[in-house]
Amino acid sequence: MNWKQLVLGTATVTLLAACASTKPETPAPVTSGSNASGQTTAPVDTGAANQGQMKVDPLHDPNSPLAKRSVYFEFDSSSVKSSDKPTVEAHAGYLKEHGDRKVIIQGNTDSRGSREYNLGLGQRRAESVKRSLEVLGVKDNQVEAVSLGKEKPKATGNTEADFAENRRADILYNGE
Amino acid sequence: MPSMRTLLKLLLTVVLFAASAAQAEIVVEIVGGGANRHAIAVTPFKDETSRVREPLTPVIRNDLNLSGAFRIVDAVSVANVPYEPADVRYPLWQSAGAQSVAFGKVEPAADGQVKISFRLMDVAQKKQLTGGEFTVSPDRARQVAHTIADMIYEAITGQKGIFNTRIVYVLKAGRDYLLQVADIDGERAQTILRSKEPIISPSWSPDGRRLAYVSFESKKPVVWVQDLATGSRRAVANFKGSNSAPAWSPDGSRLAVVLTTTGNSQVYVVSAAGGSPRRVSYSDGIDTEPAFTPDGSQLYFVSDRTGGPQIYRSDVNGGPAQRVTWEGGYNVSPRVSPDGKTLTWIRREGGSFKVMMKDLATGDTRQLSENGYNERPSFAPNGRMVLYASQSGGKSVLYAANVDGGSRMKLAVINGDVQDPSWGPFNNP
Repeated sequence: MNWKQLVLGTATVTLLAACASTKPETPAPVTSGSNASGQTTAPVDTGAANQGQMKVDPLHDPNSPLAKRSVYFEFDSSSVKSSDKPTVEAHAGYLKEHGDRKVIIQGNTDSRGSREYNLGLGQRRAESVKRSLEVLGVKDNQVEAVSLGKEKPKATGNTEADFAENRRADILYNGE
Repeated sequence: MPSMRTLLKLLLTVVLFAASAAQAEIVVEIVGGGANRHAIAVTPFKDETSRVREPLTPVIRNDLNLSGAFRIVDAVSVANVPYEPADVRYPLWQSAGAQSVAFGKVEPAADGQVKISFRLMDVAQKKQLTGGEFTVSPDRARQVAHTIADMIYEAITGQKGIFNTRIVYVLKAGRDYLLQVADIDGERAQTILRSKEPIISPSWSPDGRRLAYVSFESKKPVVWVQDLATGSRRAVANFKGSNSAPAWSPDGSRLAVVLTTTGNSQVYVVSAAGGSPRRVSYSDGIDTEPAFTPDGSQLYFVSDRTGGPQIYRSDVNGGPAQRVTWEGGYNVSPRVSPDGKTLTWIRREGGSFKVMMKDLATGDTRQLSENGYNERPSFAPNGRMVLYASQSGGKSVLYAANVDGGSRMKLAVINGDVQDPSWGPFNNP
């Protein structure tokens, strides 16, 4: 199973036909995924990863350092801080042990400025986490660094604490 | 509703409601003197309230007013509603301050159609400046009204009108993101895509038939191209990492996009049908927001290769990049005017994000927007106005500023935040 399949299997976008217009060229309704060129929608079984395992996956143990999925950054910075070293090391260890597991790292920024430039800044943070994992021995094909820029702020206020919460990269395992 | 004259007097603001559904509201803020605005009267067309779906003249007045190039003379207080040139009582219009007067009529035609005709007369010269007639079905009156406004605009200013063009923007409605296309007066809005995840950076194909945009529906940014008529769409850039910032080449065959396959955001060109990308920019930093020059030979883009984000220009086929902006530490979101002579972009300065404009030959630079938070300026296809989004009171609304600096119009769309606008091409299939 790859990311593309996962993603298309779970995408929930709907395309709407325009209503109540007289123009003959109004958009026709479309089913999500059916027009993606060269891509097929595969059914996703999110339970498959745990089949046959007797003990709890440490990924789902709230007391494991793996429960921490976020890495935080200083203003205008993409350096992984020493306080987040245990989080990065824990995930590196898990990914090395489970060569079949993959993660997507989503970088985020606080809310001001060009959407596209912020996408670049969030990417820089995600890439920083990705390289930190790779330095610790995780394979390149297990990690994808992407950016949400300022588009999905976790905190929507305008305090310094809100901004700090949004200067963040999240680690998502496939199937999550 | 108070009369327009009252509003003008009290607020120096004109509020015009669209004739039919009143879904959109245009507020025209006059900034500066507006002394060069042409004074025009548009009298009600004969039978426009009975023979077509909606009267034409409110649409025409609204269009001309929002262009910033016209001042609408109150026709109600002048005792003259001409339908033919011989009906025009020029002294009355002269004393009312009108430089020109437009009038017309709606007549029945064969097969249930109507014939809409109009004339524009110069008051001082007492001669016709333009005119025309259109035989259409009664529900096409709105398009005809926009076309008449285009003809009047062109007759007076010598420039092509933009009243039949469209805009695209992203409307945030509750937790949904709606990619919408609307007439420039905010009417006839159509939802092209609805998603629970963000949609950003919509970009018009030059033929007006397709939109490229960035959708986050698959947990990461992917560039899609969607056909407006059929609704069919295709991911044209879905590479490992992030895919964003689509910009069409002027011939519509290619897209400049930003990919991160090298581990940082860089500018590439791909075929609009998808395929292998060719890298255009080379830096260790973030290179993004590409925009083609009208001749298709060069790209303007943003890069932070020297520290903060600045605007650069380079040949589409590669080669060294030239830095374009030097003032201020944060210059982003460049767009080139249709004649290639002017640049508009956003500059951060003193906590504000301002819409700027620069004459590329002389270097003359000025601010088009107010201070505050503004984003993503784009030129009208005739180059005379710039559309952008502006935040006020926690919401984002659309503005269109006249490039001469004479006026600024607020396009208020109800029920949500409006962001990431882009003005469409002349082509409106």
